[in-house]
Amino acid sequence: MSTAERVVVVGASLAGLRAAEQLRAAGHQGPITVVGAEPHPPYNRPPLSKEVLAAPPGGAPADLLERVLFRRRASTADVEFRLGDPVAAAALGAGTLVTEAGHTMAYDGLVVATGLRPRRLAVPGPETGRHVLRTVDDCHGLRAALPPAGPADVVVVGAGFIGCEVAATLRTLGHRVTVVEPVGGPMARVIGDVLSAAVQRHLEASGIRFVLGAGVTAYVGDDRVGGVLLDTGETLAADVVVEAVGSVCSTEWLDGNGLDLSDGVLTDNQLRVADAGRVVAVGDLARFPNPLFDDVPRRVEHWSVPTDTAKRAARTLAALLDGEAPDPTPFAPVPSFWSDQLDLRLQSFGSPALADEVRVEEGDPGHLTGGVLATYHRAGHHVGTLAVNLSPARQRDLRNAFAGLVPIA
Amino acid sequence: MKVIVDLALCQDHGQCAIAAPEVFQINDEGHLEYDATPDEAMREYVEEAADVCPVQAILVEG
Repeated sequence: MSTAERVVVVGASLAGLRAAEQLRAAGHQGPITVVGAEPHPPYNRPPLSKEVLAAPPGGAPADLLERVLFRRRASTADVEFRLGDPVAAAALGAGTLVTEAGHTMAYDGLVVATGLRPRRLAVPGPETGRHVLRTVDDCHGLRAALPPAGPADVVVVGAGFIGCEVAATLRTLGHRVTVVEPVGGPMARVIGDVLSAAVQRHLEASGIRFVLGAGVTAYVGDDRVGGVLLDTGETLAADVVVEAVGSVCSTEWLDGNGLDLSDGVLTDNQLRVADAGRVVAVGDLARFPNPLFDDVPRRVEHWSVPTDTAKRAARTLAALLDGEAPDPTPFAPVPSFWSDQLDLRLQSFGSPALADEVRVEEGDPGHLTGGVLATYHRAGHHVGTLAVNLSPARQRDLRNAFAGLVPIA
Repeated sequence: MKVIVDLALCQDHGQCAIAAPEVFQINDEGHLEYDATPDEAMREYVEEAADVCPVQAILVEG
């Protein structure tokens, strides 16, 4: 095992942190540098739309960060973190990187972990009052924009998971919340129409308003947002707007290297980036085939994926650095996600979004808090499971229903 | 090896009980029970459990 080869991990969020940890676990002894665009050490993002957004007002970004920082493992004590200076460009042929501040780095092995950033709406109107929620600084900015004295009119654009969680949290805090979604119902693309409609009714019962089938034409106001003009002609009052309209992969720094960057970073099943030498990709932007489902490479934006991909990618890269072939055993992680909205907990295993058929196995979608189990099928094959407010004692069996599947070699 | 779970953080997601069922269990009331001093042979699974905890409530010491 070489002790000299240098690995640079580009991206200092969950995927980058886990990659560094797992490189050490895989036996890599050479220097590791993790380069991050944000000034903060790696932290856990899911609480930003829930507990941290709902925390009592006040406090600096550092106080919010303290609540979500990942612990540092002893094995990564000698990992160097270079934060607040994103990588601007890479020359994979030469094995070099340059940061925005002009710092040049050479590597023997590279981990691509730059993840996603929020997509923004390109509509006219004032900038002040428009928010997104991905970073701890975004969360601080949104919290600071909410009036502590009384309820605000909040418009959430986008009814995906982030949009629904933000809407639920802000409603719990007493704000008047409207969710605007041009395509389908809340989370419908992932959980299907029946469960989507059920969750919508549950959120509506708390006072959240949904405006479906409408897009945003403009933000109204002079120097700050006061309303949202929809393409239906309606104008919604808004003190604060949260755009939760999906994500863009942060891969521009890899341009010019001949990679397939059409949707994230294309890798093989072992997370090795195609045609790039000793380079692996991890996390939200890794587009890899999962033989649990089929041979189609896909990106998976679930919280479980950075940890799963980092573990395998680290082994792949350690083997490549040793001049060995990566382990060919199929990599077949079971994707999972959860979402807390008001008094609902959604827990999923597998890939419900692939399904063409949804079966409600237990419970009544009209009474979600009583517990509902749905299974998702594609061409008759079970591809996903969604549990709403079921006992956590059942999670293991629900998950193992997938882990036991024989991967398609 | 010592396992400490911050029960003020724990939200009974149950992911630890999937990763290391010999150490972490969810009881019939839906709450976590765990072995605070598991055998060293369990380390890989316990660390996996700590990694997959959505609220990062599990601390592995020693």
